[in-house]
Amino acid sequence: MPRYILKRLGLALLTLVLLSLIIFFAGSVLPGNPGRAILGPFASQQAVQILNHQLGVDRPLVSQYWTWVTGILHGDLGTSTQFHLPVSTLLFPALGRSLKLALVAFVIVVPLSILGGVLAALYRGRFVDRSISVTGLSLTSVPEFVSGVVLIVIFAIGLKWFPVTANPPPGTSPLGQLHYLILPAIPLVFVLFGYIARMARAGTIEALDSDYVRTAVLKGLPESVVIRRHVLRNSLLPTITVIATQTGYLIGGLVVVETLFNYPGLGRLIVTAANNKDFPTLEAGVLVIGIVYLGATLIADILYTVLNPRIRYEQAE
Amino acid sequence: MSDEEAIDGAATPVAAKIPLEDAPALRDPAAVGLVPAAAGGVVVVGTLDGSSGTIRRENLRLLLHSPAFLIGTVILLWWIVCALFGKTIAPYNPVAGSLTAFNEAPSGAHWFGTDSLGRDVLSRVIVGAREILIVTPLATLLGTVLGTSIGLIQGYFRGRVDSFSGRLVDAVLALPIVIVAFLFVVALGPSAPTLIIVIGLVFGLLISRTVRTAVLQERDLDYIAAARLRDESNTHIMFVEILPNVFGPILVEFTVRLGYAIFTVATLSFLGFGIQPPTPDWGADIANSYQYLGAGYWWEVLFPALAIASLVVAINLIADSIEAVVIQ
Repeated sequence: MPRYILKRLGLALLTLVLLSLIIFFAGSVLPGNPGRAILGPFASQQAVQILNHQLGVDRPLVSQYWTWVTGILHGDLGTSTQFHLPVSTLLFPALGRSLKLALVAFVIVVPLSILGGVLAALYRGRFVDRSISVTGLSLTSVPEFVSGVVLIVIFAIGLKWFPVTANPPPGTSPLGQLHYLILPAIPLVFVLFGYIARMARAGTIEALDSDYVRTAVLKGLPESVVIRRHVLRNSLLPTITVIATQTGYLIGGLVVVETLFNYPGLGRLIVTAANNKDFPTLEAGVLVIGIVYLGATLIADILYTVLNPRIRYEQAE
Repeated sequence: MSDEEAIDGAATPVAAKIPLEDAPALRDPAAVGLVPAAAGGVVVVGTLDGSSGTIRRENLRLLLHSPAFLIGTVILLWWIVCALFGKTIAPYNPVAGSLTAFNEAPSGAHWFGTDSLGRDVLSRVIVGAREILIVTPLATLLGTVLGTSIGLIQGYFRGRVDSFSGRLVDAVLALPIVIVAFLFVVALGPSAPTLIIVIGLVFGLLISRTVRTAVLQERDLDYIAAARLRDESNTHIMFVEILPNVFGPILVEFTVRLGYAIFTVATLSFLGFGIQPPTPDWGADIANSYQYLGAGYWWEVLFPALAIASLVVAINLIADSIEAVVIQ
């Protein structure tokens, strides 16, 4: 078991190193001449060269990458070229706000989609199942800004139940803040609902078809006890992994939702950085998304091992 | 959902035909082992061709009986007609705005209203189908060709090539696709060819995983051993022997990824790094108008949004039906 965790940790670190190389390649090699990109086509060649020297981008790539990575390991994420501030002072408050929004989405989606998936499985092939599955598939495939726009038109402009932005005025109480976050969280809920419900449905069907459930039914246990004690305990295990894996995708969706609802989180920071060719902020932001995702999948894998006695005992042998 | 229904509906005819002509049964080691290797190869190939034709016709019949597939196809065909003949169908010029009618609510003259530049929203929605339906199929096609090649090489050769490229795929997939595409498009500057190449590359990595898994199941079967004995080249074995047998999962990947490609391009356009204005595009039009939502101009964003939603849902209904039929 500890050996498995160590191995899994090593793999995650290796992936992280590769990921940092890819991000560095995209952010520091592909754009070509950052000085020219920042100063525009009419700046003098000399000014461009001076800026490139100040940014350190006229050095060999290997040395640039090394400076970037060692900086990150020391907590220095670089300097934003648009705000002239350390990236970390922009990034961490934004990450905090994004996590707050993500948390609201999670609190809504997890119980809802598990309930949906289990219901679909219990009424397999019937109308309930078909409508839950088709709704899930449709909601999952629609981009967040599309459902977001429809939600704003209906609930913020038509019915006026929620504000149009996600940004509460300063001094709003926590409950008031929640009111601002619900509408932006729903597009994220939509995208995740389909995946999680599908996994919960598949897991529940597998458990329902198993011999131990048939035995439990045959020995006369009431249906509610069978479902609670025999079906759900086994069926929700794979769902946990899916939920954790979706964290990364949730953060991808934040980029869009935060732009649409004007919410100053990590996603909008990345989009603003991209619009202003602020590559240090963009690279750091994307790297943080990757780290969050890798961390979430790592935790999911370990959690799965801890919760699943079958894997646990195999590892022990 | 429709999977069970589709399979149940046609269970009798398929079940009646399969035992006689089922290709996997002939590929069973015990069955083929009875005949000499060289002759066995010929027999197996001959039967495979005959039966796969029947099974394909059967699949088509199953698809045409699936309501989800039919609804998806009708919606998709409508948008393809718009993409091809949009300029003729559209009641107004989608690019030139009226100089008097800004932000006008839907009316008899402008069914979907006009936008902040006085352009007719209905015309822009119709013509907006064009660019996304050019970019996304090309990107998906590039991804499928690339992913199939990578997957065939990984699955067929295994070893060091496989494990290294597998790690690389893992690293790219540690980011949401939208973010990977966003990062690279921002770095290269947005344009239609950039979108096609970036999305094609990312999808290539994703599709390679599915193809690799399918190839791994084929590579140790007897028809491959027979081809090796006949001294066929590796390229021949990969593309002539294995490829036709993993075609089902590849087709499913293509349709599923096409849905994701539309999702991704629409999202990138909304973020300002996809299809560039003034080309009519749903995502870009929403980006252009959503800040006026507070003023109540809902028609400028709602109709393009519904257009995107209908297209992705249509593709997903088609993909889901094909998956249910091909991978039973």
